[in-house]
Amino acid sequence: MSLLRDEAVVLRTYRLGESDRIVVLLSKQHGTLRAVAKGVRKTKSKFGSRLEPLSHVTAIIWEGRSDLGVVNQVEVIDGFRTVREDLDRITQAMTILEVADQLSQERHADPRLYQMVVGALTSLNDPGTTPVLVAPAFLFKALVAEGAGPIVNECASCSSDGPLVAFDLSEGGMLCSSCRRGRPVSPEALVVLQQILGGGLRSVLSSPAPEGSAEVVQLATEAIEHHLDRRLRSVRSSVGL
Amino acid sequence: MYTPPLRNLVDELGRLPGIGPKSAQRLAFHLLKVPRDDAERLARAIVEMKDRTTLCRVCCNVADGGALCPVCADDRRDTTTVCVVEDPRDIVAVEKTGQFHGRYHVLHGALNPLEGIGPEELKVRELLARIEPEGVAEVILCTNPNLEGEATAMYLARLLSPLGLEVTRIASGLPVGGDLEYADELTLGRALEGRRSVREEN
Repeated sequence: MSLLRDEAVVLRTYRLGESDRIVVLLSKQHGTLRAVAKGVRKTKSKFGSRLEPLSHVTAIIWEGRSDLGVVNQVEVIDGFRTVREDLDRITQAMTILEVADQLSQERHADPRLYQMVVGALTSLNDPGTTPVLVAPAFLFKALVAEGAGPIVNECASCSSDGPLVAFDLSEGGMLCSSCRRGRPVSPEALVVLQQILGGGLRSVLSSPAPEGSAEVVQLATEAIEHHLDRRLRSVRSSVGL
Repeated sequence: MYTPPLRNLVDELGRLPGIGPKSAQRLAFHLLKVPRDDAERLARAIVEMKDRTTLCRVCCNVADGGALCPVCADDRRDTTTVCVVEDPRDIVAVEKTGQFHGRYHVLHGALNPLEGIGPEELKVRELLARIEPEGVAEVILCTNPNLEGEATAMYLARLLSPLGLEVTRIASGLPVGGDLEYADELTLGRALEGRRSVREEN
């Protein structure tokens, strides 16, 4: 029985009983943590909005004999207010949180994933950032971190320089016109993909949504779903928002 | 350990929200001891509730047997103002204030992308269908002040604003009786943003 203190991002919450919630946190030093936030749904809760999904916090959790801790204190590092007040940014953020929840492991620190999540949410919170490519960029970067990043600078099948015209998940990236298989990719989308994975992410996010963005969003979703072997709920249920 | 009928009852009670195995056992043994009339009255109440309760065809609140709910059936209510809530229980909370005299619309949930709940799972289409026939002039978005409720409010505002009616959101701020020092940054920030001028009434 001890107190654990760590920085964390709130990934999701579940209702528990009359006024409590189970909070799932992606922590910096302890991986995924689950803890009960007692009375958090009451209007006079001392936690207020601090344990809402998206919040970047410093949490103190009391750990007893059960796997589920109890949240003792919370301080906000960043509430990502710009994200919370824009529906398009919220849907992007939900995808980031869902994928982070899938990739992280309970009690197994992954500082790289943690930094990527905080970085992606910070970018999304910047009013100067075009939100549409933040989540796709995070998904591609997460795939790279998992060792499953797509090959986009040469043909994933024959290693020729191109022209690269299609994207095939089972081959692991772009394919040239002789090896073409899978989904056709426009030259504009290929440029965006190469910028995201080749160190040009900042310029992509700071300019208005480039041509080919919709294709990149679709490719990123398909690639991460292929890797996780499950559908992303946040993407499917956000259609039409 | 238990007889099959008692085991069944413990299992069924244990499926209710907030009821663990111990509570289920306690309730089952309580029901075993009560007079037969009391047990039958409880059983009848559950079956009758299931048989007779439907959704109000106007606002999707709970109603009695295909009829309108008490609010929609009351012709003294202002039909030009509709308060949109997530759950029928929210209507009870708003009614307790005595401050609202319009009608309601129950969405039966909120957008929750992480749980796969999108607009199709909510009673949004039913809300849009009411606007013109009822001559609605104002829609008050009274969803919970959490991420899901805010996302739902933003989505509805995006849908309703082009229809030329007034779309308002309930205020967000400090609870009466609470201490300022315990307020979180987001709540206090919103309370400051939504501050009102204090004028002495003569």
